[in-house]
Amino acid sequence: MMSGNIKHIFLKELRSFFNSPVAYIVILVYLVILGWFFTSNLFLSGQATLRTVFEMTPFLLLFFAPAMTMRLISEEKKSGTLELLITKPLREHEIIVGKFLAVLGLYFFTLLPTLVYYITVSFIGSLDLGAVIGGYIGLLLVGSVFLAVSLFGSAITENQVVAFIVSFLIVFALFMLDKVLIYLPSSLASICEYVSVDYHFSNIARGIIDTRDLIYYLSAVTFALFLGTVVLQRRRWMG
Amino acid sequence: MSILVSNLFKLYGDTTAVENISFEVHSGEILGFLGPNGAGKTTTMRIITCYLSPSAGTVRVEGRDVTKESYHVRQLVGYLPEQNPLYLDMNVLDYLEYAAQLQGVHRQLIRRRMKEMVDVCGLGEMKHKDIGQLSKGYRQRVGLAAAMIHDPKILILDEPTSGLDPNQIAEIRNLIQNLGKEKTVILSTHILPEVQATCNRVVIINRGKIVADGPIEDLQRGLHGGERIVLEVELPESETFKTLSVHVKRIPAIESVSLIGEIDGVMKFSVATSQPIDVRKDLYQLCVHQGWGLLELHREQTSLEDIFRELTVDVTR
Repeated sequence: MMSGNIKHIFLKELRSFFNSPVAYIVILVYLVILGWFFTSNLFLSGQATLRTVFEMTPFLLLFFAPAMTMRLISEEKKSGTLELLITKPLREHEIIVGKFLAVLGLYFFTLLPTLVYYITVSFIGSLDLGAVIGGYIGLLLVGSVFLAVSLFGSAITENQVVAFIVSFLIVFALFMLDKVLIYLPSSLASICEYVSVDYHFSNIARGIIDTRDLIYYLSAVTFALFLGTVVLQRRRWMG
Repeated sequence: MSILVSNLFKLYGDTTAVENISFEVHSGEILGFLGPNGAGKTTTMRIITCYLSPSAGTVRVEGRDVTKESYHVRQLVGYLPEQNPLYLDMNVLDYLEYAAQLQGVHRQLIRRRMKEMVDVCGLGEMKHKDIGQLSKGYRQRVGLAAAMIHDPKILILDEPTSGLDPNQIAEIRNLIQNLGKEKTVILSTHILPEVQATCNRVVIINRGKIVADGPIEDLQRGLHGGERIVLEVELPESETFKTLSVHVKRIPAIESVSLIGEIDGVMKFSVATSQPIDVRKDLYQLCVHQGWGLLELHREQTSLEDIFRELTVDVTR
């Protein structure tokens, strides 16, 4: 159950996404890029599958997650409204969680139109429903991690560009980790594989939902949100 | 005691922003918090509102400690930060509603409080506009309305009139004065007439330390210990300033007499006492007795500007 404060912050931020051009630009650009890859791939491969959606989205998210999130806290720092929030009877984690849920909501609305692909493709051939459901759950989980990490990036600076770049670097590292395993000593490799976002996603995208993967995503999100909360708490002491 | 600040310190790295500050604010009082820019006003207010933590010392608001019971303190206090930050993309009513929700106003009371604040702050015509479209004066009212949305006992206003034109300043000033009847208000500013018009008491702070604390009249009188009285007297031909000062000095408590100017036998001079004793009557009687034509006699008021400058001018510079 969401606490009242989290709900108020969530609704306010979600509304301000949709009251400004941000939400529409994000959704539009995402759909244009994805649509281009999707249609061209579909006819080349001749298979009834949503694989393009599931393969391209984590990659696009490397840019989209920092872009959607960068404003959320850094802007409040810059304009001074964070001072209003901090001096209200709120807990820091309520601010972080409320904003995280809002940007997750925006991400959800960004993914929603891709269901059109499901409908159209299911006319041409039979789709593996399990893989589709798994794929979408996986996308939401990967997105959650990227967005939570980006929210941390937004909390550490009042400059949106810095927030974007820092978030991108962390998210990119998390994404790339399992692609550089061959260069690493085997003792490090298994750790890096575990930390890598994509490694867990590939399991889920096949339609296999393993608790180990779920635990990974949930703990990664929790940890990133925790770090964001600590950043907000720490500023009380620094000034 | 509404607010109790004792031995407060705040350090930023090596620099000391606030150094051993202690003062108190009684319920229902409007306290003017004065000081040059960078003196530590904002830092002190940010500590009282729980935005910053003190490095040492304690602050209690209605008996609650700002570090240990910060959550309660934040419920009690309404705060208008410096520069009045606002969400420019929200419209006035949405913003007031958001502020009320976060401030924990009961859901059934929110509508009523919003309406009251719109009326009190004169936002009726602007309530459906985006805050970004409003003029600075209206934004300031929105900020005040949001700070008061939960009907707080304590209001902390950091330079509420900065950047406003004289009419707007007068309006905000009236608003604060009306509020001050039932609330405890701390108001920081460096606009001195404002303090004179609205505050019961002032605390002057310089370089992180308190340099004066008291009612304005006390400060005006107390700065030099004694009083200064200026006279203009028409003397008979036979008298000079020298003979005059001999007569004047016979009055006990008068410490010195100094000449300001002399035109055509009209002597303008000032008299200083060492203690706050009113010697105006004695001076009047002296004049009558000696047959001097008394043209003017007034007590010199030290203006708040003078006090402020005297206390805050940087000696080392």
